[in-house]
Amino acid sequence: MSATPVHDVATLEQQSTVSRPKNNRRLLLSAGPAVALVVLAVAFAVLTPGFATVNNARAIVEQASIPLVLAMGSTLVVLLGSVDLSVEGVMAACGLTFVLLASNNRNDNDLGWLAFVIAIGVGAVFGVVNGLIHTRIRVPSFMVTLGTWFIGLGMATVLFGTTTPQLQDQTFRAWAGGRWLGVPVVIVFAALVTVGAFVVCRYSKLGRYTYAIGGDEAVSRVAGIPVNRFKVIVFCLAGALSGLGGVLATIRLGVGDVSVGSGQLFLTLSAVVLGGTLLSGGRGGPLHTLVGVLILVVLGNGLLLSGANPYVQQAAQGLVIVIAVIATGWPVRDRLRVVK
Amino acid sequence: MTAPLLELRNVTKRFGATTALDDVSITVHQHEVVGLIGENGAGKSTLLKMLAGLHRPDGGQVLLSGDPVDLGSPARAARLGIGVVHQEQSLLPNLRVAENLLLGHEGDALRAGFFRRKRLEAAAAEALATVESKVSPASLTEDLTFAERQMVEVARAVASRRPGRPPLVVLDEPTSVLEAEDVAVLKRQVMALREVGSVIFVSHRLDEVLDFSDRVYVLRDGKVVGERTSQDATEADLFRMMIGRDSSAGFYDEGRQRPADPDAVPVLSVKDLSRRGQYSGVSFDIRPGEVLGLVGVIGSGREQVSRAIFGAEPHDEGSIVLDGQPLRLRTPAAAVRSGIAYVPAERRVEGMVGGATVAENIALVHPGRGPVVLPARRRVVAQEWAERLDIRPRDTAADMARLSGGNQQKAALARWVLADDLRLLILDHPTRGLDIGAKEDLYKLFRDLCERGIGILLLADTLDEAIGMSHSVIVMKDGQVTARFENTAVDGKPQPIQLLEKMM
Repeated sequence: MSATPVHDVATLEQQSTVSRPKNNRRLLLSAGPAVALVVLAVAFAVLTPGFATVNNARAIVEQASIPLVLAMGSTLVVLLGSVDLSVEGVMAACGLTFVLLASNNRNDNDLGWLAFVIAIGVGAVFGVVNGLIHTRIRVPSFMVTLGTWFIGLGMATVLFGTTTPQLQDQTFRAWAGGRWLGVPVVIVFAALVTVGAFVVCRYSKLGRYTYAIGGDEAVSRVAGIPVNRFKVIVFCLAGALSGLGGVLATIRLGVGDVSVGSGQLFLTLSAVVLGGTLLSGGRGGPLHTLVGVLILVVLGNGLLLSGANPYVQQAAQGLVIVIAVIATGWPVRDRLRVVK
Repeated sequence: MTAPLLELRNVTKRFGATTALDDVSITVHQHEVVGLIGENGAGKSTLLKMLAGLHRPDGGQVLLSGDPVDLGSPARAARLGIGVVHQEQSLLPNLRVAENLLLGHEGDALRAGFFRRKRLEAAAAEALATVESKVSPASLTEDLTFAERQMVEVARAVASRRPGRPPLVVLDEPTSVLEAEDVAVLKRQVMALREVGSVIFVSHRLDEVLDFSDRVYVLRDGKVVGERTSQDATEADLFRMMIGRDSSAGFYDEGRQRPADPDAVPVLSVKDLSRRGQYSGVSFDIRPGEVLGLVGVIGSGREQVSRAIFGAEPHDEGSIVLDGQPLRLRTPAAAVRSGIAYVPAERRVEGMVGGATVAENIALVHPGRGPVVLPARRRVVAQEWAERLDIRPRDTAADMARLSGGNQQKAALARWVLADDLRLLILDHPTRGLDIGAKEDLYKLFRDLCERGIGILLLADTLDEAIGMSHSVIVMKDGQVTARFENTAVDGKPQPIQLLEKMM
């Protein structure tokens, strides 16, 4: 043996980064949900008469519209590695704000388009509050948004008062069944938001920094990214989109309703996860979420048409989510891996 | 002669009562590679953090190209041309290479908040060209090999400087996670960097420091204790300056290696262990007080075998017998209950709980009898082990994450060796990234454990370590055992070349 023990004949280092499982995983994350959507659609088309019709396809897209608007905001937040639970509360607060500012049967307001904009602004303010409390006071986003969820509901309940406010603005009422260029208005909004989210995530500084922060916040900070500012911006966008979703849903209902967003949080968050956006942040994106929303809507629609018991439908949705999460985690199973 | 690229004049840095850097003067000329060596705690990392703009000196001056400068922040240091490639990789795996390279200083690749992809990739390609990396700027960072990523980091360090500034690249332990052939690539790149600027090369490996550098500074206890040109220095010289004493005597404490009793019941007996696609027919025995070194390159299956024994990974066939009792339950928890301990290679990820105190880490596995952990009792036990293993600082209430690598590893080990019923210790690269002093302490501890009759399965960091520490060496290649050197005496150990032949 050599007298200088620090001399290395050969290094036997183990590289902890074997690339194969990562590639598998990425493929599964991006192609898996799309394959699942196709399989689901084909299965219902074969098993359920009335599923594979033009009218039903239109119904599915329309059903998916508002969840899509909400889920795009949620996607951005999840990409950061945070979560926004305030969706339903913000929807309710914004929906009622909108009704009470537009022409209605409770007061003399008739702000028209301004009501639409202000209501979305209320959503943005909710988002900014979420973001500021999360970043400045360093409260986990889970807790902050859980709180603002109920603040939103409380605010909506106060605005609701004792009698149901009805929307009387004819322009907006006409929207409910109206079309732009032959496409239902709500679908136009959903399409614009989806394309917008895609472009932002793919090409903008905001989007790429969102991925960076979700990938590793500490590294992003050291690289000079103003992490807190971007987080607040993303929460603000998510709040505004929740507001938009609330307003659209309210227009559709024709009345202000505190429970306008009921059930939407489950739908949007599970659509985001189903699509393959990781809750840990940094991976996934709007297209994933589009597929995730469609899977859930197709599943609900197909089960309804096949005459399944509504409780069975709910259980089936839950089951699909658990299976999807298992599938995305499959290649990285390791007994020493920590799951929280 | 022009002014040196970097000059530190009598720089001092104090943290509270401790002086991390004491009157340090270092000069780095243009087109020069300067090596920097020293034990953990010698002040290397303080010096690097100062250059990176993370610490400010309390006294003395920093001069760049002859002008005194204030390296106030990381961004400022980067603009002035100082790029530090830290030991832990700091690239975002989910972004593209080009985005990583220009993160935070995109310049004209951003317009109105949107990326201009072509410009971004052109700028990235330019940066990659300076380090002669062939990585595509459009590829996803997580698809790169470790070595490629390191090159990207070097490129980023070079790219972030203001135009016209010669780059000064600081490489902190760049080779500690590289394979031999990648080290050769790195060497070429360092030489290329020397053409345009200067490099400060920090490493624990004295042979590499001598190989890469033109001149070497040795730090000890916050002071520069020596400076040598590489031609005139030998590893033994540097070692002596670094440690303050001679190196040669029994680094691996071989004098205390006692032959294992061939008739004793093996602590561990592995028979025909197989896992499809990973390894097959692996058999060996470890007797009480015996160290068995398992060597092999990446993909040889040795990591998988060791993890299978601990129950962290499944195996398809074969038996694992501990002290004559076949092991049934195959989970880490069951393995711990039957007296197996495992010290993982990824210390930060798997080996410790950062944020918890040293005492909590030490008491993690064996918190004591019953469901209640008494903090007072924990402190006493932790204190005792901190003293026995010379964990510094002695303060067991300190946050584990703040300890140096060597002390973290000692605390991680203390957690296991605490147990009276410890039978088998599986060590996966236990000395990776540690300085020589800490390694010696650990080797002594391993010998102590052998005297207690504990068996050790060692996945060594280097061949020398495997040979020096082990009674028996087993070589694996492509999932098969290719050679055995069993129960050898201290003077009958295999030579590295004998092992290499069977590994490749």
